[in-house]
Amino acid sequence: MRIGLDVGSTTIKIAALDDAGNLLYCKYQRHYSQIAKRILELHDELLQKFPGLRTAHLAISGSAGIGVAEGCGLQFVQEVFAEKVCTERLHPETDAVIELGGEDAKILFLGRHFDARMNDSCAGGTGAFIDQMASLLNVETADMNDLARQATTTYTIASRCGVFAKSDIQPLLNQGAAKSDLAASIFHAVASQTVTGLAKGRPIEGDVLYLGGPLTFISCLRESFDNILHIKGVCPENSLYYVAMGAAFCAEREVDLDALPAKLEAAIKTHTFEHLPPLFKNEEEYAEFARRHQRESVAIGSPEDAEQAFIGIDSGSTTIKIAVISPQGELLDSFYQSNKGNPVVAVRDYLTGFYQKYPGCRLLGGAVTGYGEDLIRHGFGIDYGIVETMAHFYAAQHLEPQVDFILDIGGQDMKCLKIHNGAIDNIFLNEACSSGCGSFLQTFAEILGYTAEEFAKIGLLADKPVDLGSRCTVFMNSSVKQAQKDGASVANISAGLSISIVKNALYKVIRPGSKEAIGKHIVVQGGTFLNDCVLRAFEQEMGLQVVRPNIAGLMGAYGAALYAQRRYVEEPRPTTILNLQQLRDFTHTVKGVTCGLCSNHCHLTVNTFASGKRFISGNRCERPITHMAPKDDLNLYRQKLELLKQLPNNDRQTRGTMGVPMGLNMYELLPFWQALLNALGFKVVTSPIEDKTIYRLGQNTIPSDTVCYPAKLMHGHIKWLLDKGVQNIFYPCMTYNIDEHSAENCYNCPVVAYYPEALHANMRELGKVNFFFDYLGLLHKKVLVKKLYEMFSKDYPDMTKAQIKNAVDAAFKAYYAFEAQVRERGEKIIAQARALGTPIVVLAGRPYHIDPKVNHSIDRLITTMGAALVSEDAVSVYVKPQELDADLQVLNQWTYHSRLYAAAKYVAENPDMHMIQLVSFGCGCDAITADECRRILEECGRIYTQIKIDDIDNLGAAKIRIRSLFSAANLFDLDNN
Amino acid sequence: MAETTNSGFVPFTEAMKKTHTILIPGMLPLHFSLLQAALKSCGYKAEILQNTSREVVETGLKYVNNDICYPALLVIGQLLNALESGKYDLQRVALIISQTGGGCRASNYIYLLRKALEKAGLSHIPVISLNVSGLEKQPGFHLDASMLRKFLAAVIYGDALMYLTNKIRPYEVVQGASDALAKKWLDKLDAAFQNGKAQALSSIKKLTKAIAEEFADVPIVSTPKTKVGIVGEIYIKYAALGNNNLEKFLQQQKCEYMLPGLLNFVMYCVDTYLTDYKLYGGSFLTYGANKGAMWYLKHLESILHQALSKAPFSPPATYEETKALAKGVIGYGNNMGEGWLLTAEMLELVHSGYTNIICAQPFGCLPNHIAGRGMINKIKEIAEEANILAIDYDASASRVNQENRIKLMLATAK
Repeated sequence: MRIGLDVGSTTIKIAALDDAGNLLYCKYQRHYSQIAKRILELHDELLQKFPGLRTAHLAISGSAGIGVAEGCGLQFVQEVFAEKVCTERLHPETDAVIELGGEDAKILFLGRHFDARMNDSCAGGTGAFIDQMASLLNVETADMNDLARQATTTYTIASRCGVFAKSDIQPLLNQGAAKSDLAASIFHAVASQTVTGLAKGRPIEGDVLYLGGPLTFISCLRESFDNILHIKGVCPENSLYYVAMGAAFCAEREVDLDALPAKLEAAIKTHTFEHLPPLFKNEEEYAEFARRHQRESVAIGSPEDAEQAFIGIDSGSTTIKIAVISPQGELLDSFYQSNKGNPVVAVRDYLTGFYQKYPGCRLLGGAVTGYGEDLIRHGFGIDYGIVETMAHFYAAQHLEPQVDFILDIGGQDMKCLKIHNGAIDNIFLNEACSSGCGSFLQTFAEILGYTAEEFAKIGLLADKPVDLGSRCTVFMNSSVKQAQKDGASVANISAGLSISIVKNALYKVIRPGSKEAIGKHIVVQGGTFLNDCVLRAFEQEMGLQVVRPNIAGLMGAYGAALYAQRRYVEEPRPTTILNLQQLRDFTHTVKGVTCGLCSNHCHLTVNTFASGKRFISGNRCERPITHMAPKDDLNLYRQKLELLKQLPNNDRQTRGTMGVPMGLNMYELLPFWQALLNALGFKVVTSPIEDKTIYRLGQNTIPSDTVCYPAKLMHGHIKWLLDKGVQNIFYPCMTYNIDEHSAENCYNCPVVAYYPEALHANMRELGKVNFFFDYLGLLHKKVLVKKLYEMFSKDYPDMTKAQIKNAVDAAFKAYYAFEAQVRERGEKIIAQARALGTPIVVLAGRPYHIDPKVNHSIDRLITTMGAALVSEDAVSVYVKPQELDADLQVLNQWTYHSRLYAAAKYVAENPDMHMIQLVSFGCGCDAITADECRRILEECGRIYTQIKIDDIDNLGAAKIRIRSLFSAANLFDLDNN
Repeated sequence: MAETTNSGFVPFTEAMKKTHTILIPGMLPLHFSLLQAALKSCGYKAEILQNTSREVVETGLKYVNNDICYPALLVIGQLLNALESGKYDLQRVALIISQTGGGCRASNYIYLLRKALEKAGLSHIPVISLNVSGLEKQPGFHLDASMLRKFLAAVIYGDALMYLTNKIRPYEVVQGASDALAKKWLDKLDAAFQNGKAQALSSIKKLTKAIAEEFADVPIVSTPKTKVGIVGEIYIKYAALGNNNLEKFLQQQKCEYMLPGLLNFVMYCVDTYLTDYKLYGGSFLTYGANKGAMWYLKHLESILHQALSKAPFSPPATYEETKALAKGVIGYGNNMGEGWLLTAEMLELVHSGYTNIICAQPFGCLPNHIAGRGMINKIKEIAEEANILAIDYDASASRVNQENRIKLMLATAK
């Protein structure tokens, strides 16, 4: 007999074959990280089935199987190789295999050009990802399939990793999007991610096999792949067991099955993993810790005794929290529940119940905070809305009036507030990439078969917490896998996860140099801190004692209630909260529509309530509501775009047309190149700025997953030009930028500088047209003329150096004219805003951040909130290089980045200006610029705000940041807008 | 307290040469040990750091922006971890860090190191920038012609030893023989540096020849082994701390592996000035100086290759031969980070039979999006047999995943 074991990240599979290769026995089950134990069980079952069996050819495969194999001296077969062997044996005609596993995704290209692709460490799991999404939708994974069948529309969901997708889905859920549509969108996202992430430009054609759990069990997922690839793939019999069978086929050594259990047990003992000191030395230490934390509490009252009350609702990402307080701040009643994807129902039920149970208690007013703020507020007539950060601040301040630091780790967000002189001085929010912390812990508990509470409890007395690092939580999946391999217990994994969440918060979001920098009076809150492991890990890591309120998970709601009470005291007015009768008549329907009023094509969610009142969400501007075009008179981003569109173009086209991809440095240099190309007799065709489908066009030719989004877009732009039949494309490589004499050097970043090379190497179709991507520099006119001549003369032998020289002169003239125009517009906006007393936001980034596909119209979000908006170059010109240099603590060597430092300095000195830095994910340079801009601003006592952007088309987190900045800077009465 | 220079940094003064120990972050064990010897012979006290525990990573995470590239995090983590270890008198210690001066963010490491020192309350410790582009100068540390010659000699000896051990180790009859021989030569060369007899061209000629001959005498057996080439970002590909002990792992997997030498990178850096002058114009003086430097480097290379040809296998391709392979594949103007050299080295490895290639780079490495990952499809078009695996390294990338992918590469290589 031949036996193959496939030990994956979440499941274990066994396949037993006879010598002819026929499958005699197979089984799969989840191993809940107790790998050796499950193998023993399978071993026993196998021997029961085949009582006479003493020896067999046996091999182990699978990502978590290496440890077992090494420990027991058994043969290990790499799982992709095993899959290849099995496929070639059973389906020799196969051209490609797509396999999704618990956490791995693989594509195998078979045949002469064999190649295997596995997902990169950053791309998160796929099976686990679907599980995570199912729990987010509050359905079983199996039900997702049925849901997806009923879908009527799909949303764009980032599937690059679980965290990103979650931050896309959660707001959609809170806005009332249908679960069926979301389920279909999730499958589509998984398929498109797998194809683009793994195929990396190589077409998947012919006979395709679908393998692995998710593709076996979920037919809609297979259909999603079929649709994207335009094929009809096959999910063969025993599709779960290909790796196990492959291992069996490869098994070379005969193994004594009776001796196996002893070997396995010995192997468990010898393994070690990197571990940290325990959280508590013993039970007594824990008891002392628990006693200390009981002291910090909010007074509790009873709603039966109260006549008047205020309500606070925190409609968070995964949960809904409600606090009802007395005018004195006692907590009368509370509610904390998963929102099960629909916060509206939860609030309606709660309010109805409250009115019925406590008819003597009158609600004087209420406030809502959190992701679902707008929806709940509109649906139930809640009096006020308040941004989450402020709600948390009010609550913490009520408990600890001297509070100088608040850390809130919720389901998906991490908020960190620094308080100075009784006001918020600084806000840190986690970027989407390290979010998901709290719910990650919960999801992990569930994967391992525990509730969140049990999971926390187990970890408390763990002797060797696993060291899991502190980067993005998605990485932890594989770190946990490794720990499992090395035999770490669930207790040690639980404690390790808690510690790494804390480290994430500390070193990824807050990044204090020392504990003194954090503060003396620290309040920690949010549901995640109810986990004692997390609380302890935080105190241990910082070497400090902190306050965790008894209502840690309710602080947002409590703060909102306090805020309602405060507003009522300031200005008493009758509440608009729906009464019992209105609640009885309450209905709520949701419809998804696509707004067609501009090229953004926002997916709008229209909520209709009983009163006929409608609430639209998902919009980026007021247009679908007011039906008026957005006003851009104080928005330099849009004005720059307009100026670019209005650039004069050639109609003579004596030399034909020249395509130019509209991305990266073209947002700055188009005026230069267009004038140059025009002067040489070309008509310039630019790819469109406001077409959102551009990204998908070129998606499957992107060689590196982790490059920034603006660079990825270039593939789409080129594809668009090729599809239009453009025969010439101009996009030069440029090591150096224009020298503005403001920095020690004038480099472009490596991606901007050389991206044409990546396009040329990965977009085969470019070989069929003239792609002009030579290395050009603007520093020395003479050399530029020479290089242009070398480049063009091959195809245009009639072009003379003199013509090129004239064209270069015209180009410089056009460039400077454009620059002057932009500067003038900037000056005008600033002057106008100052005259009106409107605050000015400097939305600082790179030239290509004005692309609405890149910034997702954050600019309009800001102007809609009432501020004027200019770009970094509108203010950087006011700072003299020599003033800047003396002050800088970085090597100032990139032209674009140099403007950021200057802009920060200018903003720091002008109180009516506020800086928000746009940072593209994966931008390595901004790891340097962000810290430096922050330093420049903070040294002047100003607030630094950063918004990280990617292909994620959701502005929820950005909105909180912007509102928090405005609130903290006391800009507007935004609480009530 | 320490004074500052007009640029605002704590200087490394002439007097410190006698009193201070310069701490050097580790990267290439053989080369750096020789660099240390070279520094010692110039009158400096220097020490290559050996601390490589997980604490180094933790210290790095604590002191630098976690989005910065992994080498910066490790180098700064290692330096700070050493300072915090209590092993050194903090009034008598200085740090050194290289600064390449290109458009990559690596040129900013020194600033990040200074920011980290400030955070740690250690801003009095002088930091020396090791660069040839004149970015920063220190009164007590002059990278003059004599020191530069010694450094280059160290590079040549290091490359010779690295090449020979990598070629012989997988096949040696007595395990550990080639490493022991390399160790013996490190001691000999140290003595040569102290006697001033290491850097002259004639000495280099004599010594490299002797090295190659002695290695040629190490008894070997020929057993077929999977041949693996390692390329990538310079720190990650060379430093065990950066690549999770990749070389050790490949030894365990019974592979023969090849790392392109450091001289290639040095020549590439000089060549960058020549290319940029031709593409974009600039100072003819700088161009001329680098042209001279290039001539000297090529001379050194020919000495090295002559010596290596004494061994029972052919020497590696020359810089110019390697460079020629990239023609038409990627532009020579692509010269931030490893730039075109990375692509060229991959092609060269395939040519010399190392068809399985690991491209090791920090997570999110900017130049390698293009010159590394970006070129893989194209290289496979040219050289069908190429089996290239790009691996990202960072503070929490899991080793089990990395090793699993390498195992896949090796499995498909057979």
